[in-house]
Amino acid sequence: MTLLSVRDLEVAFTLRHTAPWPWQTPDVVHAVNGVSFDLEKGQTLGIVGESGCGKSTLIRAIAGLVTPSEGTVTLEGQQVAYHSKADLTRLRRSVQMIFQDPVASLNPRMTVHQTLEEPIRQFFPDRSAAERKRNVKDLLDRVGIPERNANRYPHEFSGGQCQRIGIARALAAEPKLLLCDEPVSALDVSIQAQVVNLLRDLQREMGLTLVFVAHDIGIVRHISDEILVMYLGGMMEMGAGRDVVTQAAHPYTQALLSAVPVPDPDVKVIPQILTGDLPSPLNLPTGCFFRSRCIHATGACAQRPALRPVGATRAACVRAEEIARIPA
Amino acid sequence: MSEQTLRQWLLSDEPTSRRQARLSAWYQGWLAFRSNTLAMLGLLILVFLILCALFAPLLATHDPFTQDLAMRLQPPGESGYLLGSDSLGRDIYSRLLYGARISLYIVLLVAMVAPLLGLVIGTVAGYAGGWLDVVLMRITDIFLAFPRLILALAFVAALGAGIENAVLAISLTAWPPYARIARAETLTYRNAEFIHAIKLQGAGPIRIITRHIWPLCLSSLVIRVTLDMAGIILTAAGLGFLGLGAQPPSPEWGAMISEGRKYILDHWWVATIPGLAIFAISLAFNLLGDGLRDVMDPKGGTQ
Repeated sequence: MTLLSVRDLEVAFTLRHTAPWPWQTPDVVHAVNGVSFDLEKGQTLGIVGESGCGKSTLIRAIAGLVTPSEGTVTLEGQQVAYHSKADLTRLRRSVQMIFQDPVASLNPRMTVHQTLEEPIRQFFPDRSAAERKRNVKDLLDRVGIPERNANRYPHEFSGGQCQRIGIARALAAEPKLLLCDEPVSALDVSIQAQVVNLLRDLQREMGLTLVFVAHDIGIVRHISDEILVMYLGGMMEMGAGRDVVTQAAHPYTQALLSAVPVPDPDVKVIPQILTGDLPSPLNLPTGCFFRSRCIHATGACAQRPALRPVGATRAACVRAEEIARIPA
Repeated sequence: MSEQTLRQWLLSDEPTSRRQARLSAWYQGWLAFRSNTLAMLGLLILVFLILCALFAPLLATHDPFTQDLAMRLQPPGESGYLLGSDSLGRDIYSRLLYGARISLYIVLLVAMVAPLLGLVIGTVAGYAGGWLDVVLMRITDIFLAFPRLILALAFVAALGAGIENAVLAISLTAWPPYARIARAETLTYRNAEFIHAIKLQGAGPIRIITRHIWPLCLSSLVIRVTLDMAGIILTAAGLGFLGLGAQPPSPEWGAMISEGRKYILDHWWVATIPGLAIFAISLAFNLLGDGLRDVMDPKGGTQ
């Protein structure tokens, strides 16, 4: 069953301060440019891309923290109207989020118990104080925080523990979809695996659907059923996790993959170093978003390519078949 | 034994209740505060003044209002006047004790009204942003553009003289800095991830401001208020000196200095002693405020 369906989602931010007078036109940042995907219940979608490619903005838009400017989001078959209070309430009951900075995502003046009790109070107002207390205990159990720590403040915990508390808070609403905004990039490598495994266990136990954003394709590969590769707010490639990693069709995905360190001294990886910077999202390039940095770019790339099946995955590249024949 | 266990209970790593967690945080703050000698000195002076004000009827040797013209302008220590008598033969020591009540009363009222007003205006402006922010902050700027005593004078002149009106006038001139601080703090928190998380939990702006932003603004406001207390006392004394605060015969310290002004060359104590009292209480509040800042400043990283 399709839980989440996103169609042609666009998010643009108008920079009002660039046009102080009414006759000036303000600059517009095009953060997300036409993203579409479907997510089955219980599956995990990984979103990768370099910093500033709009992946966080995309899931913030799905969560309703920023308002999409174009496109639709459909949750359990019902389209979400982001301006309607009733719809937002429905959205918040089923979609929760965990954040990048585990410490900053907790109110420093609230104990863990207070932090977890708040969503329970909000979403289940008819639960009694005793029920809420048991609820908090269950949540802490789930994420592996000893209950005796419930009355501590966030600064007394490590980053990994804070992230577990953040996960517990997201679970308090008993959501169906959990959006993870780079949940492990601020953590130690050893802790990263723990948190990712915790998310997988929770997913299995509670039938959660995950959207997992990261700039590290190695972690995303570990957790995702499907992977979406984003660049400059647009979709570059999408496909089953294994296929995107082993048979990447898009030159950008190939470049990303070549940057992943391989823990084997005998494997020779020729890194493809991307030159230049991400183009400014203020002035989107014409044609293919990636062509200014693509080593395979030709005149044909002046037309913006749509996502189409190429081999095992779907890629937005007109030359994908030709590139596949070039020996690496 | 019980003291040792209380200390252990307060410093416990695993508080068993929310109350214990809160008390423990307070206790750790107190331990840090205690190591600051000057701040402790300020606190002692303040506690001493509060005790003086509380037990004024017991400590006073004379009635603060009884005049004895035969014994006017007695120097300190003579004829049973511990700190001398004023131009109407009233005991300065007793008047000082009762005057402490008035000063503390003014400070307390202003400290409750002005920061609250500033907190509401600042957090709403900071959180709402947009045109509301512009309007509220320009009003704040207008208030800030007036010299404080002059604006207070204008308010008192409009409202009429008296302690309550002095309190109101001082509050109306004291809130803009608090609004600025509260707005600045709000701006740092409004895009914090925990505020996003709370929004996802369906909290509306009112709940976010009152339950999450106010508690976070409180510590910097408390510090600022404590540091401003001296200024509030000085403004109150200034209004009293100009005859627009507490009215005679009330033993307000500023008014006492004003009365002593005529005799300052021949009978120095009449103006000097209330002046010293104002100095002591202002100094105490400043020392205390500095100490509190060291303990509570969120940038200090202790909490």
